[in-house]
Amino acid sequence: MSLVLNEDQTMLQQSARDFCREQAPVAVLRHLRDSKHPDGYSAEVWQSMVELGWAGMAIPEAYEGFGFGYSGLGLVLEETGRTLVPTPLVSTVLLSATLINLAGNEEQKLELLPGIARGDSVVALALEETAIHNPLHIELKAVKTGSGYILNGNKDFVLDAHVADQFIVVARTEGESGHQHGISLFTVDAASQGVEVQRLNMVDSRNAGNISLVDVEVPEEALLGQENKGWAALSRTLDIGRIGLAAEMLGGVQEVFERTVEYMKQRTQFGVPIGAFQALQHRAAIMYSEIELCKSLVLKALYELDRGEEAEDIPALASMCKAKLSEIYMLVTNEGVQMHGGIGMTDEFDIGFFLKRARVAQQTLGDAAFHRDRYASLRGF
Amino acid sequence: MHDLEAFRAETRAWLEDNCPASMRTPMPEDEVVWGGRNAVFRNPDSKLWLERMADKGWTTPTWPQEYGGGGLDKAHSLVLAEEMQRIAARPPLVSFGISMLGPVLLEMATHEQKLEHIPKIVRGEIRWCQGYSEPGAGSDLAGLGTKAILQGDDYIINGSKIWTSYADQADWIFCLVRTDFEAPKHSGISFILFDMASSGVSTKPIKLISGNSVFCETFFDDVRVPVSNLVGRLNDGWTIAKRLLQHERTMISGFGLSSGRNNRGGLADSLAETAMLYRGDVVELSDPVLRDQIAQFRIDSEAFTLTSQRSAQEAKQSKGPNATSSVLKNYGCELNKRRYELALQAAGTQALGWESLTEDDSDFSQQELAVARQWLRSKGNSIEGGTYEVQLNVIAKRVLGLPDMTAMVGNTAGKQGATGQNSAAEKTATES
Repeated sequence: MSLVLNEDQTMLQQSARDFCREQAPVAVLRHLRDSKHPDGYSAEVWQSMVELGWAGMAIPEAYEGFGFGYSGLGLVLEETGRTLVPTPLVSTVLLSATLINLAGNEEQKLELLPGIARGDSVVALALEETAIHNPLHIELKAVKTGSGYILNGNKDFVLDAHVADQFIVVARTEGESGHQHGISLFTVDAASQGVEVQRLNMVDSRNAGNISLVDVEVPEEALLGQENKGWAALSRTLDIGRIGLAAEMLGGVQEVFERTVEYMKQRTQFGVPIGAFQALQHRAAIMYSEIELCKSLVLKALYELDRGEEAEDIPALASMCKAKLSEIYMLVTNEGVQMHGGIGMTDEFDIGFFLKRARVAQQTLGDAAFHRDRYASLRGF
Repeated sequence: MHDLEAFRAETRAWLEDNCPASMRTPMPEDEVVWGGRNAVFRNPDSKLWLERMADKGWTTPTWPQEYGGGGLDKAHSLVLAEEMQRIAARPPLVSFGISMLGPVLLEMATHEQKLEHIPKIVRGEIRWCQGYSEPGAGSDLAGLGTKAILQGDDYIINGSKIWTSYADQADWIFCLVRTDFEAPKHSGISFILFDMASSGVSTKPIKLISGNSVFCETFFDDVRVPVSNLVGRLNDGWTIAKRLLQHERTMISGFGLSSGRNNRGGLADSLAETAMLYRGDVVELSDPVLRDQIAQFRIDSEAFTLTSQRSAQEAKQSKGPNATSSVLKNYGCELNKRRYELALQAAGTQALGWESLTEDDSDFSQQELAVARQWLRSKGNSIEGGTYEVQLNVIAKRVLGLPDMTAMVGNTAGKQGATGQNSAAEKTATES
């Protein structure tokens, strides 16, 4: 088992870091927010990322991807987490492409994956139906008709909803909410009759939206995977998503921490840099230790993901990553603001952007409490 | 490669023939072999096992053969470790000579000193203890005051040490003494070895809150030690002390490993199962708060284990500073403390018994009693080997590069008592 980066990975990390620093700094997010940008992300920046191959990072070569695996995508996500650049990377590449690859048939993969790898398509996963992450709580109904299905129901907090051209809708074709059996996955064209999207303005200034489906008709070919048996692929996709999101959070955690330590060395009070005070030094040292643990978890999880069939313990690793990173992103952003003092409270200063992103990222795909609960069940207690 | 595989086959066969069956079972605390003149072998097999392993130098597989070690390189010693692990063989010998003193002697002692001491460490003939801390020199270790004054070919040593682990059972001591009383405090210390049977040495066990007495007070009253027992250069003992502390910290951080999932037989090693057992839970731990805390503890434990592995892999590639040992030591100790606090919650009042008053332990089982004692013992984890706070100072200054207040307000190192409590501790930490 390798917990250190190899040469290729180190190069990828460096180039991703350089790109994000130079072409996608926090200023990009700030500008998108301040200009009330209609898309909520920069098409130019996204296009450059696509040209670097990031959109096809974890898509197999057979579908025009680059087969660099999740370790590669994880490194890219980590770097985007350092500058908070909003792109369809999470919604489309991490979640939707993964789900299509796991659940779709050959025809569906050929139809959908190359478009994602080329950056032509934004695909959003429509999953949540409540304010608290609960992937088994699925009430949106899909009823079989002669030629396909009719979908009715609502979805909340769909990432990139208002810019997506396709949705993957998690629906119930049988059974009751809370059950794994009876969950089915459908691809739905965003322009379909009966689909309505309400954009949400979240604290982190990233794209999310609520959608409602009223008598939306889809053909039989829209079914992704087998009827009633969507849970396995969905569940694995969510774990991959949690690990990828943890990688992004790890980037944010390190960035906030490094900025804070730097500030502690510069800011002078009582005639000395505030970093000379032991009260602050100890808190910084504690954060440093926690971050070392976070790194190990994310590296291990990404490493396992790329072992394919031989991957071990993915659900528990995903929950460990998401629980730990949620906890530590909260710690580090809170301490970051506090240690910056008054300036940390100003909008002009970037640190607040990380605080806001941290909370949304914590809630996305389950917070620390959700994942500790899940981990306990997985470990048998 | 071929050589390694051949070695593996030979080793496997040799272990098969020479490792007694009872040495392949989990080792109770009282069967650990510490060696020494008064070595105790609760299980006669462990004496046999020690002798056989020592004959091959495999109590210290990587030490040079000329001093009795196994002479194996990294790769071969790994094979030996794997083969021992395969049959769950017990370590034949555990000692401070192996884990702390030996590596430092090999690096810094003269050939004659190595010839005298290393073979006896390898064979478990001499048991060592560490004379570092003093009543007035804990975190501020360099403030130590035990004196060694030259008189002819001998040093005359006077003073006392505290927290000397197993001093009452040790044969020899490696000791920090002050040999220059005018120099700044770090520059007047020497590292010296002497026999605990020397005239003028006495020890007194310290009874701890756990009821055990692993530590002692050690007193030196005109103890005569030959000059030739000095290791390294005169007044350069601090350099050796620092090296040795690194070994000690690595050893202590091992406490945090194997927590949570692994089975060492104690109640605290299966916290969740224990908690369920004492509550009569079948499917799920019924106390949601404790369940959450145990989950958090186990996640941290797993992350800690991974971090230890990553740190070892990075060390191999010699990437980054070797500051991880402070991170690991601290985190390992905190985890161990958390584990025992959770164990108390898991088993309620049954984990709070002091001793059994019944013949058949029907009031408290030995395992339950052990939890209370180990819980109390664990409180020392973040004090010994450099306190939690001192380790945080090290991380802050050495790893994060945060400014040193003592440097800014003007540190008058020099003689003892010249610096404030805080700054002295930081000075020690930064340099150790």
